[in-house]
Amino acid sequence: MKMSENLLEVRDIRKSFRVPHAGKNKLCALDGISLDLARRETLGLVGESGCGKSTLARTLMMLERPDAGTVRFDGVDPFTLTGAELLKFRSRVQMVFQDPYASLNSRMSAAEIIAEPWRSHKGLIKNRQDRDMRVRGLLDLVGLGAKAADKYPQEFSGGQRQRIGIARALALNPDVIICDEPVSALDLSVQAQVLNLLNDLQEQLGISYIFISHDLSVVRHVADRVAVMYLGKIIENGPTDTVFDRSDHPYTAALMSAAPTLDGTHRQERILLSGEVPSPLNPPSGCRFRTRCWKATEVCATTTPPVTVDPEFGGHTALCHHPLLLEGSGLETVSA
Amino acid sequence: MKGSSMTAPARHDTQTDHRADAPTVLDVDGLSVEVRTISGTLRAVNDVSFQARRGETLALLGESGCGKSMTATALVGLLEPVADVVAGSATLSGVDLLSADRKKRRAMAGTELAIVFQDALTALNPLYTVGTQLAEPFRIHKGLSAKDAKAKAVELMARVGIPQPETRLNSYPHQFSGGMRQRLLIAMAVALNPSVLIADEPTTALDVTVQAQIMALLRDLRTEFDMAVVLITHDLALVAEEADRVAVMYAGNVIETGTVAEVFADPKHPYTKGLLDSVPVNARRGDGLQSIGGSPPDLHDIPDGCVYQERCPLARDICATTRPALDHVGADRKAACHFPEEVTPRMRGGKSEDV
Amino acid sequence: MSTSIDLIPVKPTTAIVGEDDTPSRARKQSGPSFWFRLLSNDRVALTAAGVLGIVVLTAVFGPLLVGDLATRIDLDNSNQPPFTLAHGWANVLGTDPLGRSMLARLIVACQTTLSVAIPAVVISAVIGSAVGMWAGYHRGWRETLAMRVADVIMSFPSLLLAVVVLYVFSPSAANIVMVLALTRIPVYLRTARAESAELASRVFVDAARTFGASATSIIWRHVLPIVLPTMLTVATLDFCYVMLAESSLSFLGIGIQPPDVSWGLMVAQGRTYLHTAWWLSFFPGLAIVITTVSATILAAWARIATDPGQRWRLTVPQKRLSTFTKSGKRL
Repeated sequence: MKMSENLLEVRDIRKSFRVPHAGKNKLCALDGISLDLARRETLGLVGESGCGKSTLARTLMMLERPDAGTVRFDGVDPFTLTGAELLKFRSRVQMVFQDPYASLNSRMSAAEIIAEPWRSHKGLIKNRQDRDMRVRGLLDLVGLGAKAADKYPQEFSGGQRQRIGIARALALNPDVIICDEPVSALDLSVQAQVLNLLNDLQEQLGISYIFISHDLSVVRHVADRVAVMYLGKIIENGPTDTVFDRSDHPYTAALMSAAPTLDGTHRQERILLSGEVPSPLNPPSGCRFRTRCWKATEVCATTTPPVTVDPEFGGHTALCHHPLLLEGSGLETVSA
Repeated sequence: MKGSSMTAPARHDTQTDHRADAPTVLDVDGLSVEVRTISGTLRAVNDVSFQARRGETLALLGESGCGKSMTATALVGLLEPVADVVAGSATLSGVDLLSADRKKRRAMAGTELAIVFQDALTALNPLYTVGTQLAEPFRIHKGLSAKDAKAKAVELMARVGIPQPETRLNSYPHQFSGGMRQRLLIAMAVALNPSVLIADEPTTALDVTVQAQIMALLRDLRTEFDMAVVLITHDLALVAEEADRVAVMYAGNVIETGTVAEVFADPKHPYTKGLLDSVPVNARRGDGLQSIGGSPPDLHDIPDGCVYQERCPLARDICATTRPALDHVGADRKAACHFPEEVTPRMRGGKSEDV
Repeated sequence: MSTSIDLIPVKPTTAIVGEDDTPSRARKQSGPSFWFRLLSNDRVALTAAGVLGIVVLTAVFGPLLVGDLATRIDLDNSNQPPFTLAHGWANVLGTDPLGRSMLARLIVACQTTLSVAIPAVVISAVIGSAVGMWAGYHRGWRETLAMRVADVIMSFPSLLLAVVVLYVFSPSAANIVMVLALTRIPVYLRTARAESAELASRVFVDAARTFGASATSIIWRHVLPIVLPTMLTVATLDFCYVMLAESSLSFLGIGIQPPDVSWGLMVAQGRTYLHTAWWLSFFPGLAIVITTVSATILAAWARIATDPGQRWRLTVPQKRLSTFTKSGKRL
């Protein structure tokens, strides 16, 4: 039995932002998020705009401090660390960003970009030759040649820039890499290349990923487990295939049905939600999804929904008063 | 609008009502666009031909830089000053758009041909209310009074599913959410019942649930107005669900055309096959995806012969010397490949290593 | 990714950058030869740089060559007109009321003027930029404090401030430099703060924070290199302003004091002779104009040259570029 079953444990974190023109209203970005990440595992985070997945990523990277809740990385709460210990922790969690153009400083060469993390962690590099060798090694690892080292970001395509970003994330030998929509800005054929790369790296180096994406087919392919977010809450959580095929929460079902599929059968049975995501400044009371949910009843407006567990798969949970697996979807097929 | 009440939203059982004999309303033939750059002239669109039929959606599918957006802007006459149409015709209701004079063009804008862009926020003027902008087509083309035009605008807003249109008439574009803005753009586009609606990546910037709503709206409008829709996108799944016919573009050329069902089930060009394979739809977790190695060619430096030769596993000598023409490979299907019969389900669509 | 007018080779979507380099990229992107190549592509900027180079050389070496020609009083030759060699080559630009050679005085004044203007610009640029970047990156109370201090300095009419200070303390060159530097600090501070605040929210800065980089190292590594070109441009323009300010002070009599000489002082001293000996004010005024115009032109060039995204404009022969952009005609 491993010493700590989970590499990363997040319990009930909350984060709000004060928005300048909203007066007393705070923007509630995270409202009680809990999740676990094991070693060598990929956890998918799915959700639409305003759900808080970017804030969650930033909080896990310690770019934001949560207002409440705990994070435990290998048993240690990183928010209590300072100085050298904090620095050491930072090397264990790294991030790959969404925009391959904005995440690299266009005035630095590829080698400088990849070597930058070492400037803050001086102990890892012995001397200049060591550094150059490591940079070349990383460039090879991500599929760019050593000649790429002196080129500037403008000279690379989007997919290649993303590889540089991945190489930079690997520079500190992290245990966890948070991938924030890493392939959304790339062309389809390049997406496949980068996804393959991430997969290979996981097998070779044993890294865990938190993979944030809005593209369900990509998440289905890469994630072992998935958490679905809506307006700051995780409304469904479980193994990927279970969540996608046996959706328990109405929102997940709607999301699955809204995503177009290659075989085109979905359109026949599409669930169309009404309206759009409410503003996080003023989320609905009780269940946040109730304004768009066709199963909403009075209890949904007054009480926060409880955690329901899938009767067949214990690791699959949802936050709903009227879960689909217990009560059925309540939808009829109508000819247009 | 369907699904807008709190009762169970209907699951939508919408079959395409596309007629096999639908009349062609837009006929593009041999369109070529050249762009002048500091380091020389390049051909962004080369000899592109396709037909759009009433009541049907034609998808222009391709990755970035393939020329699909430039084709659209060439058709509506919004090319940048450095780009020129150097060849080809585009016949819409008997008029060749590309050689028509400004006056004729303007008369057709909105009444026959309309376009919806990707970024609704920049396509709408931030200084005018939504009501003013929606009323504009009616005032210009139909000569309606301000009051009548406003009434029409309210009607239009209701039609595209914007709640409380009478009050929202006086709002500004930035006060709407992304999905609502896109509906506004669509409203402006269909205001005068055009024959052809070009949608350039209309839902790329939207959430998937909103995308579903917008595409359903487009479908309804297409049926109601009996329009031809040209959908420009890079999203294969969207094409599979929404389009009836597809023209796949690569490096400025159309390399395959046909009905979506046939092309996606049995592609006849290695690039199409490669694209279909790189979508992670049926691959199991842990399996590699079949990616196409390398990247699209630099348009300054298109090779002689086939544009796809550098990434194609079937490339042979003839591919380097002769550019394959878009030839028939079946009834109502065309592909620009010297060896379409060799594109089999088991074959890889692209070279596996990066070129 | 939409196609845009700037379809230049470096646009990544259509570039094929494989394992072998494209030859054009193989050229060095740094070093003096690189900058010289960029400069020589823009003929106007090259001329301006040349002129400024002459000015600086004159300031450094001129007084040594001229010796005491600037101070030798020769009342027989007073107020001689220029452009004749009748009175010796040294007086080719005329003489002043005391018979001193204009040319020699111009050369010595050049040194004085530059030795006031350049230190003033450097001091204000360094202090203003540093405080501005720090304030802009951190935001919060630091930003508010810095901006209010800048506001206070800016709300004093700078010339009035200079007059008061120099009247109270003696108008030595060092005091003039200090006063001019102080009044110019807000310009750099505000610009640096604005750029720094914008950069602080960029993704690559976030990325640096995730490695554990401290604020100071982020400012040094990311903010400074990006802010520097703007600061250089501002500094070059400010150099013109400071030169003119010093001239104004000298004109008012509280700048450089005789027997020292600066261009501004020469203009001032020639004021009473404008109708009779126009060359006394004209040549120093011309010198000021030429220097400031050259500096402004060079600033415009530097703006483009130091921005990797805009640099391509300088790698194309000027004539092709102007034909292309002006008329959109085919190249």
